[in-house]
Amino acid sequence: MPLLSVRDLVVKFAMRDETVTALKSISFDVARGDRLGIVGESGAGKSVTGFALLNLISRPGFIDSGEILFDGMNMADMSDAELREVRGNKMAMIFQDPMVTLNPVLTIGQQMVETLQAHRKLSRKEAEQIAVLKLREVYIPAPEERLAQYPHELSGGMRQRIIIAIALLLDPQLIIADEPTTALDVTIQADIMELLLELCTTKKVSLILITHDLGVVSQMTENTLVMYAGRIIEAGRTREIINDPQHPYTQGLINALPQQTLPGERLKQIPGNMPSLSAAPKGCAFNARCEFAQDRCRMEVPNFEQIGPVKVACHEVRRLHHETHKQEDLA
Amino acid sequence: MSMMADHQGNSLFARIMNSNMAYSFKRNPVAIVSMAIFLIITLAAVFAPLIAPTDPYDPSLYDILDSELPPAWTNQGDPKFLFGTDDQGRDLWSAILYGTRTSLIIGICAVFVQAFLGISIGLISGYVGGRIDNILMRFADIQLSFSTLMVAIIFLAVSQALFGSETFNKYALFMLVGVIGIAEWPQYARTVRATVLAEKKKEYVDSARVLGFSSIRIMVRHILPNSLSPIFVISTVQVANAIISEASLSFLGLGMPVSQPSLGSLISSGFDYIFSGSWWITTIPGVVLVVLVLVINLLGDWMRDVLNPKLYKG
Repeated sequence: MPLLSVRDLVVKFAMRDETVTALKSISFDVARGDRLGIVGESGAGKSVTGFALLNLISRPGFIDSGEILFDGMNMADMSDAELREVRGNKMAMIFQDPMVTLNPVLTIGQQMVETLQAHRKLSRKEAEQIAVLKLREVYIPAPEERLAQYPHELSGGMRQRIIIAIALLLDPQLIIADEPTTALDVTIQADIMELLLELCTTKKVSLILITHDLGVVSQMTENTLVMYAGRIIEAGRTREIINDPQHPYTQGLINALPQQTLPGERLKQIPGNMPSLSAAPKGCAFNARCEFAQDRCRMEVPNFEQIGPVKVACHEVRRLHHETHKQEDLA
Repeated sequence: MSMMADHQGNSLFARIMNSNMAYSFKRNPVAIVSMAIFLIITLAAVFAPLIAPTDPYDPSLYDILDSELPPAWTNQGDPKFLFGTDDQGRDLWSAILYGTRTSLIIGICAVFVQAFLGISIGLISGYVGGRIDNILMRFADIQLSFSTLMVAIIFLAVSQALFGSETFNKYALFMLVGVIGIAEWPQYARTVRATVLAEKKKEYVDSARVLGFSSIRIMVRHILPNSLSPIFVISTVQVANAIISEASLSFLGLGMPVSQPSLGSLISSGFDYIFSGSWWITTIPGVVLVVLVLVINLLGDWMRDVLNPKLYKG
């Protein structure tokens, strides 16, 4: 049984005069110790997915239907008390900007002790010992002294390490990292990713890495989901998706990487913008930007199905796949 | 590294002296003078029984023959009575000391009541939001549409009529604290709600929710400490306001009885004699009241400047 199994999850936002659907029936699994990347451009529903997994969508958003089976229990219909038991304890989340994630008026020690005491019956002393241990695991120098410091006294990279240490405090089974390095210096980004990878592999913690950086995904994860306008449009082994992207959108994303362009050339960007949630076109949401779009793409939403080694939601990919098979059969 | 050393070895006192607030305080003469006057008045009030030459609450100690003696420095003054006496021959200096104590107690306790109500309601309103926020804030609006004095006058007048003067005088202190406390909570509730609305959007609140903390813990331990600066600032202003409200009510005869005078009831008791030439019974407590309220407001101004560095200081 996978650690996390999301089935037909629908998240909606009740706006003033209409209800928009942010996640349109998404399904995926994360096995124990597995690392999954979720990629897509801003507004594709990556972060909403992260929050929905913890059942922390705040108003006006809500989980409309679907199941989030975590360790056998459905997060979507747990009571508040049960949810608090899971949050931070079995499932932790790391946010984008370490400058604002720590509470500015509490010391690092207070924040770590509080987290431990909220979930375990521990004395202050015991909690502090665990905190020091965890700070050492994320390579914080002189951890005992850090406990008395306030967040503003530490650098961004240091703070993100501390946030990772807090996420690991209670030995969770799953960590959701929502663009954990976007706000950091490029040189520190690699350090933090390496640290996260090391901790996840040694502790056998599952990781969901939400990012728009395909390079990071290829280094960090085993499986990848590509999201577009609230749907998963391609999913499979990271290696397959990076080396042989099927969906025109994934192809566009990979072609847009600067490495794909000769020096002096313009970057190959995908024309147009992602449609807004309230104005999604009929059929495939990507049809207006897709160079392969046919009439059918403008009429029907493509099914998300296994085509070759990956799962894809695209009419054209399926047609081409069937045609090549037919030709192979003829030959 | 020097930052670290600061945190480790030094005492609380040293940390306070090193803080930004102490730094700005030492460079602000208005704040220093205000603080000094405030401390003198407060200490004099706290130690009133030790300083006062007589006990103004004990009618057996004053002599009607001493009534309406002017202050000691005037021609007819008696050196026994520094600020003169009132219409019943009571030593005004002692009465002012005790009266200041009563006024300060009422002011500070009323602000505690206001702060407790206002902060709780503001936190809940801002954090929970939605319908509860609407209901609570409409209550605040309704409360604000009556003036504090009007609510207090109606309440105190009705209870004075209900319980009779004697019982009323016995519990006047608590009634004043309660009525001023309840009448002014919306000031706090609105300020706290506004800060909470800004704070709860910040990521540290999300991260606290992700760590599985309960809403009450997030409100009290995470959001409240981040909303303290405006609370401090309005607290000083509100203490001054509460003292004035108390004085106004006492002046109108709805506050402290003349047998246990506050500054307001002293001013009121002397007002009847002001045209007969006994100006000191009203003027001296009046000056004390004005000075007290002024220094508290000046301290509040200074505190607002320190705690809100973004504020434009023209």
